[in-house]
Amino acid sequence: MSGVSAAQQAAAAVDDAFAARLGAADDTAALDVEAIRADFPILGRAVRGGNPLIYLDSGATSHKPRQVLDAERDFYTMHNSAAHRGAHLLGEEATDAYEGARVRVAAFIGADPDEVVFTKSATEAINLVAYAMSNAATAGPDAERFRVGPGDEILVTEMEHHANLVPWQQLCQRTGATLRWFGVTSDGRLDLSNADQLINDATRLVAVTHQSNVTGTVPPVGEIAALAHARGALVVADGAQSVPHRAVDVAGLGADFLAFSAHKMLGPSGIGVLWGRRRLLEGMPPYVTGGSMIEMVRMEGSTFMPPPERFEAGVPAAAQAVGLAAACDYLDGLGMAAVAAHEESLTAYALEVLGDIGGVRILGPLSTDHRGGAVSFTVEGIHPHDVGQVLDELGIAVRTGHHCAWPLHRALGAQSSTRASFYVYNTHDEVDALADGVRQAQKFFTAQ
Amino acid sequence: MQLESLYQEIILDHYRRPHHKGLREPFDAQVFHVNPTCGDEVTLRVTLKDAGGEPAVADVSYDALGCSISQASASVMADMIIGKTVREAMDISGAFLELMQSRGAGEPDEDVLGDAVAFEGVSKYPARIKCALLGWMAWKDATAQAMDGRGPHGRGDAATAANATREQI
Repeated sequence: MSGVSAAQQAAAAVDDAFAARLGAADDTAALDVEAIRADFPILGRAVRGGNPLIYLDSGATSHKPRQVLDAERDFYTMHNSAAHRGAHLLGEEATDAYEGARVRVAAFIGADPDEVVFTKSATEAINLVAYAMSNAATAGPDAERFRVGPGDEILVTEMEHHANLVPWQQLCQRTGATLRWFGVTSDGRLDLSNADQLINDATRLVAVTHQSNVTGTVPPVGEIAALAHARGALVVADGAQSVPHRAVDVAGLGADFLAFSAHKMLGPSGIGVLWGRRRLLEGMPPYVTGGSMIEMVRMEGSTFMPPPERFEAGVPAAAQAVGLAAACDYLDGLGMAAVAAHEESLTAYALEVLGDIGGVRILGPLSTDHRGGAVSFTVEGIHPHDVGQVLDELGIAVRTGHHCAWPLHRALGAQSSTRASFYVYNTHDEVDALADGVRQAQKFFTAQ
Repeated sequence: MQLESLYQEIILDHYRRPHHKGLREPFDAQVFHVNPTCGDEVTLRVTLKDAGGEPAVADVSYDALGCSISQASASVMADMIIGKTVREAMDISGAFLELMQSRGAGEPDEDVLGDAVAFEGVSKYPARIKCALLGWMAWKDATAQAMDGRGPHGRGDAATAANATREQI
């Protein structure tokens, strides 16, 4: 990229610091994986064939430690009530629990609590921004910043999960804006060679993953954000695969919005988070409307609460929020640097042992440089469904298919792939079992 | 290992050496079906003929990308239904769908299903049923289009076709 500004250099430094944390193994205590595994009841069950469960699908959803399950159970057992309604004791306790969870989650990502919007998922968080932008067309002057129409451009990447692609395609369809995208290189990095053309004065928003769910690639979000901001564009980062796996501080992120899901970070399903800069959230029209988010309702029309309430219509998912807060406690208890170091070690080992198998092609970067713990691969002559079936028979759970990233697979010349993804409870022995399983699949399908 | 009950030798044989594969001319209808969960796809053509006043399957040709189950299933299907009347082929298709939905409790009739009984084990793996049905659903759709006179050279809509596959399961 030409014309690198001081701001971009600063942003690049932040990206490097982020990458350094990915590899910050030396000064962090190793995780006590055996003790961690004891916290996860599901890891004690047997699966097909009576085999112990080897769960390598945390990129799809993670398991939940007892501490998270207990927190949810305690809420339902002792405090269950509709938060932000009613003046009775349980109502107060539920409200405190829910708002306490918001404070806890905010601390986890270095945000202010009123910048944390609870959604049902990362997917909904991204849709919230996309719909706010089309709803801006008919909202008041505060929403001017978010209006898009013909001549405007929304910039995404070919690497995105469908959740950070389809909402932007649909926004363009609703508004007449044009969708453009960064391509990917053959080794699974973002191709930023034409960034100066792609990010231009027509660019209104850039949506980019903070870590690919297929290749683990960590794009330089800070650098991209600096370029986008120089043109007045907003930046949305999809943190579904980054927030669970390493320390993410929104102050140094560069993006204006960050979306992530609880269920991928040891928390419950049914709740996600949209972090947004306060001044931006304040100008955004609502997406889902109804109870809780209103200020005044008359038959002729209504006014809305400030953020975050404006974006949280309906009875809040308080138990899930409490569970997510417990997951933040659990992860911070381990230390996110230690979590990242553990996963880096597993990823490096998986790249090595899978890479040693003839016929295996790893999609994406072959080193852990700017790369997280999702390892997708193809096995020559064996469809991923069939690889996954053999692994399942051995008790090994992996993801097979396109992992909700169809364009990325096309770009990398793979119809689909098998993905192993790691978390705090995985071991090097499990990576060995995976490699053995792949060899067994080869033996089974290439016999005769 | 239970793998052998899923991947019976007949299935592996058809997978390695699929029958009737490749797209052929002429055809009365062509459809493109996908399995949205894994991206597997099949382009399938049917040619009908008249058999004593009743429509019959003159040819089924296809090109497919997918796993062993979906490839073998399309191959076995083509073997079984080419030459049958459409009515007979629909009966076989119905029996196959019933077998797939049996959760391993089906009692397949080899007289009706022929080699397709080998797919009995698939019904125990719900995630794989769509694989086995991909070709069959494409054939049903293409045949319906051909019978409706939408062919020759009619083209199915991918999204509708994918939905049709889902609804059948």
